[in-house]
Amino acid sequence: MNNDVAIQVANLSKYYGQLLAVDHISFTVGRGELFGFLGPNGAGKTTTVRMLTGVVIADEGSASILEYKAGSLKAKQVTGVVPEMANAYADLSGWDNLMLMAELYGIPASVARERGISLMQEMGLYPRKNSLIKTYSKGMKQRLILCMALVSDPEVLFLDEPTSGLDVQSARLIKDLLQSLNAKGKTIFLTTHDMDEANQLCDRVAIIDKGNIVAIDAPEKLRMATSGMHSVEVSFDNMVSPEVLANIPGVNSVKKLGDKYRLYTTNPGELVVSLANYSSSHGLKVISLNILVPSLEDAFVALTEKETEHA
Amino acid sequence: MPETALVREQMRRSLVIARKDIRIYYSKGPVIIFGVLFPVFLFLSFTIGRHLSVDFMIPGLLGMVLFFTATSISPIVVPWEAQARTLERLMSCPVRIETIIVGDILASFAFGVAISLVPIILGLFLGVTISNPIIFALAVILAAFCFASLGPVFSIPPTNLPATINMIASVVKFPVVFISGIFIPLDELPAWGQAVAYISPLTYFTDIARHSIQGQGHLPIAVDLLVLLAFTALFLVVALKLHQKTMPRRI
Repeated sequence: MNNDVAIQVANLSKYYGQLLAVDHISFTVGRGELFGFLGPNGAGKTTTVRMLTGVVIADEGSASILEYKAGSLKAKQVTGVVPEMANAYADLSGWDNLMLMAELYGIPASVARERGISLMQEMGLYPRKNSLIKTYSKGMKQRLILCMALVSDPEVLFLDEPTSGLDVQSARLIKDLLQSLNAKGKTIFLTTHDMDEANQLCDRVAIIDKGNIVAIDAPEKLRMATSGMHSVEVSFDNMVSPEVLANIPGVNSVKKLGDKYRLYTTNPGELVVSLANYSSSHGLKVISLNILVPSLEDAFVALTEKETEHA
Repeated sequence: MPETALVREQMRRSLVIARKDIRIYYSKGPVIIFGVLFPVFLFLSFTIGRHLSVDFMIPGLLGMVLFFTATSISPIVVPWEAQARTLERLMSCPVRIETIIVGDILASFAFGVAISLVPIILGLFLGVTISNPIIFALAVILAAFCFASLGPVFSIPPTNLPATINMIASVVKFPVVFISGIFIPLDELPAWGQAVAYISPLTYFTDIARHSIQGQGHLPIAVDLLVLLAFTALFLVVALKLHQKTMPRRI
């Protein structure tokens, strides 16, 4: 196996009864990469994470973490996991939860204590370390679960929707920590709904829909490669009908947004020239004009809609 | 890592899981009610007013308490953790499914042994004597492990409702108490009753307890110990094998 590869997935599949939840997916994640895994609800994101972390057994295909078979004790030993909707033990304190995890990973007590203090301080939990989890807020619980995933100092970290439903402060703390871990060379596999989060954090993202991977690339490349999703937003001093604007060369489609029009095109530069010509020839004055590049969300919607149409 | 070192490492992690279970589950309502209070009240309701000797009552009380306490935690931990959403976290740690189940069994075993000391001390206080205390202690330990291993067999169905598992466990546990020579000595049972009694592991422990306290039993002690050992092996194999199949389905 290539030493630069942290996660290798080949033809991984999972059935739930007749439903093919994950359909022969293949991809690799490089060492030190922050890899985003995006998809709508029910697309197969969590099932994929569960197969990679050894919680659920794959029906077909194979996967490895570093050089170890996914789900093996060795793979689990080098992996930290923040499962979706996971809880810490409500009847134990934050500190006891953390030390329990350290013991389950076989971390020597002195090392565990040192790491535990440092992690809890970084996540702003240290003053409440001896409080029972049942007294923690949702944000505090999620920060503690991240500490629990990190107490073994794993090489590879899996996070399934780690900031979903959290307050801004907790979400920001978690995102900052992920960036700092990634800067230290940790490989991070991040499942998220949040396009901004993926755009800000991830080196590459995979988009999964109905169990199939529909695209894998850098967020910027995915945005730019979304043909027909570039647009020019324009407003005139007089009313112009959308049908007239649709006939301007280079316009693929028109959407009216209040007193503005968004014109979708494959070539925004040429469209700006055409709009200038149109307005001068029809005696119109351009009030505002903005060139918009597609967001990752646009790319995501376009790719998943294409998959739906294809299906 | 050589297999023996791996087994040692996993055993250490089973002990960590057992310690966690002890801290969390010993004080849970259903454990106290079904594991401690229920067997005591059930026993009292069947013995009060029957003018039975202390030598007859203590082996029965001990058998019942040991059986109920040692099977009170191990069936409910897995469904409880699945319901509380802590199981996925535990399964993603570097522990085998067998390690988790053995940890739950050890917690139940320790609870069974600890609570069984109460009727033993009560018996000694009331003047009971134990002949051959080493064999008696060995029997208590073996029976506690056997009954604790039966617990996870009840929780094999992949439901995440502890109440459902408690119901399944109760359906088995209550008849077992009545066919195991607790209230009626095996020698006084008809032949068919004795045949039914032989399918209960509790029968063999109660028999050893009667040997040790009353000075007489129904079967030779060696047979009782061997059968308890065989039941333990059977429950362990069934629980460990089948939980491997059903535990991932709880997630």
